[in-house]
Amino acid sequence: MATSSRVINNIALSTETTDSTNKLVFWNFFVAFAAFALALPMGAYQVLERSGMFPALENALVYYSSTSTHGVLMAYVLSTYFIMGFGYHTAVHSLKQKLFSLKFAWTGFWISTIGVVLAAIPLLTGNASILYTFYPPEFAHPVFYIGAAMLIVGSWFWCVVMVVSTVQWKKANPGKPVPLIMYGTVLNALLWLWTSMGVASEVVFQLIPTSLGLADTLDPGLSRVLFSETLHGIVYFWLFPAYLVMYTILPKEVGGKLFSDEMARVAFVMLFIFSVPIGMHHLYMDPMVAAGWKLLHMIGTFMVAVPTLITGFTIIATMEIAGRLRGGKGLFGWLKTLDYQNPIVLASTLSLLMLTVGGWGGVINAAYSLDALIHNTQWIPGHFHLIYGGTTVIMYFAAAYWIWPKITGHQLFSKKLAILQLWLWFIGMWVTTMPWHYLGLIGQPRRVDTLQAYQQAEELLRSWDFSMLIMNFGALTLLISGLLFIYILFMTSRQPAVNEAEREVSYAVAIHPPLQVPKVLNSLAFWNWAMLIYLATSYGYPVLQFWFIGTPESAPWGY
Amino acid sequence: MAIHIDPLERKWIIMIAAIVLLTWVLIIYYAAVQNVHPPSNVEVIDSSRLHLASGVGGGEFMEDNLGVHRDPDGLLVVTMVAARYGFYPQHIEVPVNTPVRFRIASFDVLHGIMIPFSNMNTMVVPGYIAEVNTSFTKLGDFPLICDEYCGLGHAYMYGMIKIVPKDEFKLIAGVN
Ligand SMILES: [Cu+2]
Ligand SMILES: [Cu+2]
Repeated sequence: MATSSRVINNIALSTETTDSTNKLVFWNFFVAFAAFALALPMGAYQVLERSGMFPALENALVYYSSTSTHGVLMAYVLSTYFIMGFGYHTAVHSLKQKLFSLKFAWTGFWISTIGVVLAAIPLLTGNASILYTFYPPEFAHPVFYIGAAMLIVGSWFWCVVMVVSTVQWKKANPGKPVPLIMYGTVLNALLWLWTSMGVASEVVFQLIPTSLGLADTLDPGLSRVLFSETLHGIVYFWLFPAYLVMYTILPKEVGGKLFSDEMARVAFVMLFIFSVPIGMHHLYMDPMVAAGWKLLHMIGTFMVAVPTLITGFTIIATMEIAGRLRGGKGLFGWLKTLDYQNPIVLASTLSLLMLTVGGWGGVINAAYSLDALIHNTQWIPGHFHLIYGGTTVIMYFAAAYWIWPKITGHQLFSKKLAILQLWLWFIGMWVTTMPWHYLGLIGQPRRVDTLQAYQQAEELLRSWDFSMLIMNFGALTLLISGLLFIYILFMTSRQPAVNEAEREVSYAVAIHPPLQVPKVLNSLAFWNWAMLIYLATSYGYPVLQFWFIGTPESAPWGY
Repeated sequence: MAIHIDPLERKWIIMIAAIVLLTWVLIIYYAAVQNVHPPSNVEVIDSSRLHLASGVGGGEFMEDNLGVHRDPDGLLVVTMVAARYGFYPQHIEVPVNTPVRFRIASFDVLHGIMIPFSNMNTMVVPGYIAEVNTSFTKLGDFPLICDEYCGLGHAYMYGMIKIVPKDEFKLIAGVN
């Protein structure tokens, strides 16, 4: 029995299956990176505008329209489409079977894409300048909310395809562990279903009816609580595929094996369960949630440290083993032997460095008693650009370099340029976000188009000048790096064909590949029940309270 | 069925557990014993009728009642309205190292309020009264900055607070 289940599952996929999947993956990635290309220069513009050094650029209308668009495209479009594309690719190649339904997947793609186009119209024309968090009672044009709802609903089709495909595989392979990368992917799909419920109910039951005039008033306190149910989980939705690349693609690229498959699964289930029911750390400074609930969410928030630090250990151990196999000696000598000319190896290393610093910043945000110092200061954009824009998106780049030749059949345009691009992104991220963290500590608020207005606080204003100068260089470096990324992908389509061997997709195996794993580490149902109970406990009362505390509701306002 | 855990990894997990536990203990200690809590009073008010004496929470935020005053227990209370694009009253003065309670309500949309180099920071959500208890340790003039986007003029929304030595402080507004 032991030997038979050790045999690697090498059923070949039909060309038809791989071709149709590649097309689906390609178009999902296409939308993701098109959104990125559009949002990138907006980010650079915002930094230059805000710095106050280019008076000709200053314009509140353009600034807030641009900030809203940048946020929506980067946080919702780039991430969701990348994750969907990567998930489809993963499902087919790790399960070695067709997707549950290609038609269903394309239906979701079109619903989301029409939604994105709809939302983009008010955003770009300045009719939805309410930032990517769209907190009421300020209101955008109703088309913005309808578009946003469609983007979310379309992404649920992807979730269904991931879950049903996995369940089909489990039925066909009773008792066998779901391939590691797919187990992470399907947990991420479930995580997204759970966590998107908050924003979806806010948009469908509050924002769309009020913006259309079907409801006269709404409770902005309820909106914020619902949104918080999405706002933290979504970060792990974005981060999950970045971790999956490190766990299941990096070990091979770095020339070794994954340190531990089982601990990876432990980390995945913990990421799932501790990412959603804890979102109220975003509401520490809000008056409509009582202290005890905030404390409860603080406890769960810090649990996220466990899977994060397990991941750090497993990935670094994996790299160390590879480094020693390559002849590295001494405590840190193995670091020198790794192949940093490989985009996956380089990006993972840089990503972990950004995660380390960004994670410590997150501890401050999560701390019940310290948050007051940095809440809604420039520290916050500094933090999430480092964690999402840095740690996560750099892995999206590396994954794209890895996957592009496989799905398009063309050689990667230039590995050297790709390496340069990753370094520039890394440097640009530090030079942008370190001044932002510091500015937050010395009292600069986020979400302002100009800082010249605080004239009565002359001394404070001047204390921000130096950091404001530095961030311009960071933003320009990021702009160059991002454009380079698009250029490399574009030029790849004009390259000669790769040989078939290079189009093979395979994932890393662990040093001790498990023949079986405890049922709980292979289960979906158990974790869904756990999530339901945990969510009901942590969000039940804080949501239900709005039906009996008797808040006088707010009428919608423009901006 | 047990899973295979490397001995080194086991040690690492124990360390992680210790770090998380220590963080919990510290935060819960300061919350329970030192009473360090974020603003969480859950008190409703009719934001559209702040100027009227009637209605939910009525009267407290009427124009005549805004400003710094002492409550019956002798505690300094700052009553403020946040409305696009300013905090009212626009200038306030409070003594250093003295407990101060802020009570703030929004007249329109979502706002925030923070004072640099202090732990005075809260969201001001329409329909709710934001209450912050703090005391200031640094003398000088500081801006009260709106720290949540509230519309196109958001960057212009701020007031000023002067922290003065205890013996220089005089209550200007009426005493309640
Ligand atoms: Cu969060
Ligand atoms: Cu504001």
